[in-house]
Amino acid sequence: MADQDTPSPQAAAAKLAEGLDALARAKLGAEGVKNLRRMTAGATQELWRFDLIEDGAETAIALRRAPGGTRVSDTAVGPETEARLIQAAADKAVPVPPVRYVLAPDDGLGRGFLMGFVEGETLGGRIVRQDRFAETRTFLARQCGEVLAKIHTIDPNGFPNLRRQTPRQLIEQYHATYKASGWPRPVIDLAFRWLFERCPPDPAEMKLVHGDFRNGNLIFGEEGVRAVLDWEIAHVGDPMEDFGWICTGSWRFGQMDKPVGGFGEREDLWAGYEAAGGAPVSRDHALWWEVYGSMRWGVMCASMVMSFRSADPSVERGVIARRTSENEIDLLRLLAA
Amino acid sequence: MQDRPSPSELIGAVAAFLKNVVAPETQGALSFNARVAANALEMMKRELDTAPAEDTAELARLKGLLGMDGSLFDLNVELSRRIEAGEIDLSTTGLKDHLWATTLAKLAVDQPTYGGYRAALAEREQHKD
Repeated sequence: MADQDTPSPQAAAAKLAEGLDALARAKLGAEGVKNLRRMTAGATQELWRFDLIEDGAETAIALRRAPGGTRVSDTAVGPETEARLIQAAADKAVPVPPVRYVLAPDDGLGRGFLMGFVEGETLGGRIVRQDRFAETRTFLARQCGEVLAKIHTIDPNGFPNLRRQTPRQLIEQYHATYKASGWPRPVIDLAFRWLFERCPPDPAEMKLVHGDFRNGNLIFGEEGVRAVLDWEIAHVGDPMEDFGWICTGSWRFGQMDKPVGGFGEREDLWAGYEAAGGAPVSRDHALWWEVYGSMRWGVMCASMVMSFRSADPSVERGVIARRTSENEIDLLRLLAA
Repeated sequence: MQDRPSPSELIGAVAAFLKNVVAPETQGALSFNARVAANALEMMKRELDTAPAEDTAELARLKGLLGMDGSLFDLNVELSRRIEAGEIDLSTTGLKDHLWATTLAKLAVDQPTYGGYRAALAEREQHKD
C-alpha cells in the first residue's frame, strides 16, 4: 500500500524541483532553479537547498517545508507563522535568514517558505570542540545573551495564535504527556515533584519565547552567531525558559563543564542579556529552568516511542527515544548529586 | 538450546558490517542512516549482554526499598507512584542509591559516551578517593 501511495524520494524531489522552477519564474521574477537537494531528513520539518537563478547569477536559497509538504504537528506554529516570526525577529535586528517567499496554496508545493541560505556551522559538536572556534567560544555566551535580549523585544501581540503558558501550565502539560506514556520513570517523577514544589510565579510580563534556542539551532561563523533557526515552537511565556534551554545538558555536546551550549558560562549569557537591554535575569529561577529543560527533553524523547510505533518507524526515531535516559542522569546530577 | 553464535555475537557482526563497510561505501542520508542503524544494534548488544544481571539487581533493590514483591515493571510503577505522592523522597534510605544504580545501568546500554554519564562516573570516582 505504502509503495503505491508514497512517491519515491527521487520522484518527490524531481516533482519539487519542477514546481520550484515554475514558482521562481512566475512569482520571484527569476529565470529558474537548479541544484535542489535535501539538507535534512528531519521528521518534523523538511529542509531543502537550491540555487535561484536571478539575472544570470545564482543565489543559494533554503526551503523549509512541512513534512511531505502538508503535515504540521500539534505544537508547531506552522510555516506561515514561523516565516512571520523570522521577519519580526529581523525587524528587531536578530540575526536570521532573510525570508524570500511564503508558499501559497495555489503554488501547489505544500506549506513552507523560502529564505536566503546562510552559510556556516550548525553542528554543536564542532562549535564546542574545533580549534577554529576557540576564540569564538570566549564571547559566544555573551553574544547569545545579546541575541536573546532582542528576541524578547518582539511584540507577542503580533502573534495572537501562539500558545500562552505560565511556568505552571508548562509543567502541567509535560506531566500529562509523561503520564500518558504509560511507562514508569522514577527519576522523572522525582523531577516533577521538585519542579512543582519550586515553580516560579507567573512572570511579571509574558514575552515571546523562542522555545528552541540552543546549540544546534544556531548558525555560527568564527565571528559568532550568524542566524537563529527553528522558530516553529515559539510561544508566549516566561523569558527565563530560553536561558534554561540553552544550558540543558543535552545541548552541551559533551562539554558538561561549559553550561551555556557547551561553550560558555551562565554569567556571561546573563551579562550580555542585561547589557543589551534585557530585564534583569532571575538568578533564583535559572536552576529551575535547567531542570525543566532536562525534564522537557526527557519527556519529549520518551514520547517518541509512540511516533516510532506509528507515524515514523525510522531507526533514527527509535534511537532518539532511547535518549530519554541521558536526561535522567542529568536530572540526578542536578537534584541528587 | 539454540545454537552458536549467540544473538549478541551476530548483532555485533551486523553492526560492524554497517559501520565499517556500508557507511564508508555510501553517501549522504544512506551513509548516515547506516551509522544510526549500527549504533542501534550496538545498543541492543550491550542490552543483551548486561540487562539480565542489572534487572536482577534492580528487582532486588526495589523489593527492599518498597517492602513488597512484584514484577520489575509493577514495582517501578509503585515506586513512581510513591515518589509522585511524596510518600518517598531523597531522604528515604536507599532511594538515592537505587536511582543512581538504575540510571547508570541504563546509560551503560543507551549511551556510554554521553557527557553527563562520563561526568557522573568521574564524580563518583572522585568521591571514592
